[in-house]
Amino acid sequence: MSPISRGFTGRRRPTEDPSRVPPGQYVTLDFPVLSAGPTPHTPHDEWTFTITGQVEQPVSWTWEELLTLPSETPTVDIHCVTKWSKLDTTWRGISVDTLLERVNTEAEWVTAWSDGGYTTNLALEDVTDGKAWVAYEFDGEPLESEHGGPARLLVPHLYFWKSAKWVRGLTFTPDDEPGFWENYGYHNHGDPWLEQRYQGD
Amino acid sequence: MDALDGNAIAGVLFEHFGEEMTMTRGRCAHCHTASRIGELRVYMRAPGAVARCPVCGKVVMVIVQIRGEPRFDLASIELLHPI
Amino acid sequence: MELTDETARTKDIVLDLPDWVGHRAGQHVDVRLTAEDGYQAERSYSIASAPEDGHLVLTVERLDDGEVSPYLVDVLMPGDQLELRGPIGGYFVWEESLGGPLLLIAGGSGIVPLRAMLRHWSAVGSSVPVRLLQSSGSLDDLIYRDELLDGAYAGVDIRVALTREWPDDWRGRRGRIDRELLRELAWPPSERPLAYICGPTAFVEAAAEWLVENGQEPGRIRTERFGPTGT
Repeated sequence: MSPISRGFTGRRRPTEDPSRVPPGQYVTLDFPVLSAGPTPHTPHDEWTFTITGQVEQPVSWTWEELLTLPSETPTVDIHCVTKWSKLDTTWRGISVDTLLERVNTEAEWVTAWSDGGYTTNLALEDVTDGKAWVAYEFDGEPLESEHGGPARLLVPHLYFWKSAKWVRGLTFTPDDEPGFWENYGYHNHGDPWLEQRYQGD
Repeated sequence: MDALDGNAIAGVLFEHFGEEMTMTRGRCAHCHTASRIGELRVYMRAPGAVARCPVCGKVVMVIVQIRGEPRFDLASIELLHPI
Repeated sequence: MELTDETARTKDIVLDLPDWVGHRAGQHVDVRLTAEDGYQAERSYSIASAPEDGHLVLTVERLDDGEVSPYLVDVLMPGDQLELRGPIGGYFVWEESLGGPLLLIAGGSGIVPLRAMLRHWSAVGSSVPVRLLQSSGSLDDLIYRDELLDGAYAGVDIRVALTREWPDDWRGRRGRIDRELLRELAWPPSERPLAYICGPTAFVEAAAEWLVENGQEPGRIRTERFGPTGT
């Protein structure tokens, strides 16, 4: 048993509305940077976003093309599996529904993949119907590279490791294929309200 | 995110292996270079600790805490007897 | 437990641990804090004392957005319990048997483990040649300022670079260190110096790269990165 450190509370902040905080989470006012590797730096003129895999026809956008698509400005709460939650974060991005408009598929699973090799798996129903965006602005500013810029996936209803930083595409797969953290024991779905942190939760 | 050195995981490795590991050499399964554990580039601030080969940058070791218990994946590093 | 201010932002925590097994210069301890509701945070801190000192000293720099350091610097008091794991580390360690010549390069609070090495070097009366380069923002930020500037380590060639502000009569390096300064300071590659570099990640990576560019052997350069802003 660890001894209690008198007077220690950490950087947590009490929240006015605990119903917004999933079990086991603490609210933070800052925006911790978590990463499994060095920050990639893909220049805009080399950046593309591609939807491929089990689709009738792959589709792809350059950075300029992506920015011509209608964007949205969601305000969402985000929850990291390392227990911090950040409320009322503001973003600008393209809804994944918009990106999937021209995509015909029967597959029900996607793998989001990123510069640097990171992957994470999601059910199609977790990235559609207004639940996910490819986000390129945070808090009114272009998304910083340490937070996933130029663009990251934003899937706020799941633990934030599913919101892949430096995202470059979605690959449709016939089955649910565990991504990077899922392979090491993290949950395939990742619903913070059901506290689905680890496989078997 | 800035990398740390293998020192950063020295404590958790000591608890798992029962001995000091940072001087132990490991061969990267991707590029086959041998480096000391202390020389690995470690990314700590993540859902787990990710150690990468200092030469090729690929992941060689991952340590996650599953329900409070550390789990070690050393599939991409071959530990060699310390020289 | 005794607590002393080193600089405005840094505190020495002196611990008398009856069960301490002893340590090697350069090692660290992992400090874990537990709140009443079970919330825990853990960070590594280099040991600032030499094995010969008889007690354990941690020098902690307070990071404004830190989780653990503000507690250690502002809240911790004699009588409080502190949970430690260690000593830990075998890679970033110096002892006389490793020889030299010894090149120590510190950025900010990176001086802490190197100071343990200096104290050890002194305590064993080593004849290994040592040079220390310390980079600090200002004199006020310089940890162990009196020790380093007032000759506590006779025989060690100590250079201090002040990168942000310096007194008018400052005769040390003004501004950041660079590859040329390292070339000037280090022994020639033919002497195969053993280098220990510690500090913020960006500082460590730049210094290590410059040493290699200057012809030093990568295998004789040991690094301890502290992360983006320090410990």
